[in-house]
Amino acid sequence: MDRTIAEKILLEHTHTKEFSPGDIIRVNVDVALANDITAPLAIQAFEAGGTGRISRPDSIVFVLDHFTPNKDIASANQCRYVREFAKKHGIMNFYDAGRCGVEHALLPEEGLVLPGDFIIGADSHTCTYGALGAFSTGVGSTDLAAAIMTRQAWIKVPESMKFIFNGELQPWVGGKDLMLYLIGDIGVDGALYRVMEIEGRAISELDLSNRLTMSNMAIEAGGKAGIIAADEKTQDYVKPRAKRPFTVYRSDPDARYESIREYDCSLIEPQVAFPHSPENTRGISEVGEVWLDQVFIGSCTNGRIEDLRIAAGIMRGKTVARDLRCLILPATPRVFREAEDEGLIKIFLEAGAILGPPSCGPCLGGHLGILARGEKALATTNRNFVGRMGDPASDVYLCGPAVAAASAITGRISSPSEVMS
Amino acid sequence: MIFRGRAFLFGDDIDTDAIIPARYLTTTDPDELKKHCMEDADPGFPSQVRSGDIIVAGKNFGCGSSREHAPIAIKAAGISCVIAPSFARIFFRNSFNMGLPIFETADASKGINQGDLIEVDADSGRVTNLTTGTQFLSRPIPEFMQELIEDGGLIEHIRKRGTI
Ligand code: SF4
Repeated sequence: MDRTIAEKILLEHTHTKEFSPGDIIRVNVDVALANDITAPLAIQAFEAGGTGRISRPDSIVFVLDHFTPNKDIASANQCRYVREFAKKHGIMNFYDAGRCGVEHALLPEEGLVLPGDFIIGADSHTCTYGALGAFSTGVGSTDLAAAIMTRQAWIKVPESMKFIFNGELQPWVGGKDLMLYLIGDIGVDGALYRVMEIEGRAISELDLSNRLTMSNMAIEAGGKAGIIAADEKTQDYVKPRAKRPFTVYRSDPDARYESIREYDCSLIEPQVAFPHSPENTRGISEVGEVWLDQVFIGSCTNGRIEDLRIAAGIMRGKTVARDLRCLILPATPRVFREAEDEGLIKIFLEAGAILGPPSCGPCLGGHLGILARGEKALATTNRNFVGRMGDPASDVYLCGPAVAAASAITGRISSPSEVMS
Repeated sequence: MIFRGRAFLFGDDIDTDAIIPARYLTTTDPDELKKHCMEDADPGFPSQVRSGDIIVAGKNFGCGSSREHAPIAIKAAGISCVIAPSFARIFFRNSFNMGLPIFETADASKGINQGDLIEVDADSGRVTNLTTGTQFLSRPIPEFMQELIEDGGLIEHIRKRGTI
């Protein structure tokens, strides 16, 4: 056999027995996700579609995470619209105030997404679940409405690219740094339309949190999915959470790849993406002097408990720089509780950071920390496009939790080793 | 089908935050969204664009988020179609699902200047710059996507055929 994981999952979910890259096929959807920005449009399209029937309510997940807690009347009305629809149609996996967290941190935590699944979500970072060995991809609201109606989606069979990470990870380097390095190498359209399969000894050593960070940013290279084969660590993570059976797939040894790239982790230092593109990356030693107005630690990329532990380890007993605002939003209620139990929240508050509720918040310039004209922010998020976190004349730099925490202390983009020495 | 309009030029990697910034996503109303279409890339765009005009962009147009507000805002602004060497994949899907015609041409964006009068023949894929007289051919649209456009988008397609 000569199939990739992506091809195996697609074959399992479609009616055809054979296909080639470029073919358009119909695929059965295991999970269909939308949030408070994309669900309203999906519901409108569903209502316009006329059947009024939902194919499988238990396969649908709605998370009100982007403008939560509602920032204004318009967003409150949008959430109300989704809430009423969810109630009317018996959508059990509906995450509202108090239970909701940033969707892509929440779904794996809740065991809603599993290895071998075919998942679509009306959010581009739906590719995150590739880290569990699923085929998971972002779509638009109309695709989601179609999945709600038919439990199916159309997809152009993609080619796969393979990325192998070998060698020893350097101090303070995590999944975020590896992924920024990769995107810096191939560019924001380097994997356009294609599946990115990520593997190697260094990946085996990463925990699930770091792997989720990597798959999360596959879309930043244009990828359709970012898949990491499920290993023992994945199964240990998934088993206690899963409420339905799942299947583990691996690529065949002679599977065909459009291209194969190898990286030596011993050469990769902590990375920073400069404005205004995630491909605009530099190693921390080449950053120079960049003074900051704000640091944000959170989001679906790096808002999990593992990220907060790294940040707290650096900020413990230190104080946030005087002219800098440091915002920390744990990605889910569970992460918040764990951070509290472990004493991390106390460390952050004593350092002078601002703690916010689980929400996308400033990641997309929604609320809870918008940038003014000319301001510079360093964020553990995944995008630094023009205007992403506020005024079109503000700058966003991207990094992992260690560099973010260190920089919050010094007030300028800094290496963690500078602060910890 | 023939589209004819003035060209609005944009560079490579125009992202969905440039097409419609997230700060305006508290509505799905096309008339509200169009007021801010492309404003972070070209603040004059919303006031200057006229019905039928054509966006001619660089590679990877529409990268970033999955927001369908992006093709909605572009359609509502009066843009008849978008031409680029490549489109980000979710924007590509969304456009066909919603019936916004988009054309992939390797070199059109190099031979067109801001304000040139452009004509696109959707059936043959021929792009003609009426100002300079040059012509380009766009990549053929796969059969399934032609069906989507004929049916008026994905939802209508399902309504007509009972399935995707
Ligand atoms: S945290 Fe940011 S990237 Fe993640 S889902 Fe929210 S807005 Fe999107």
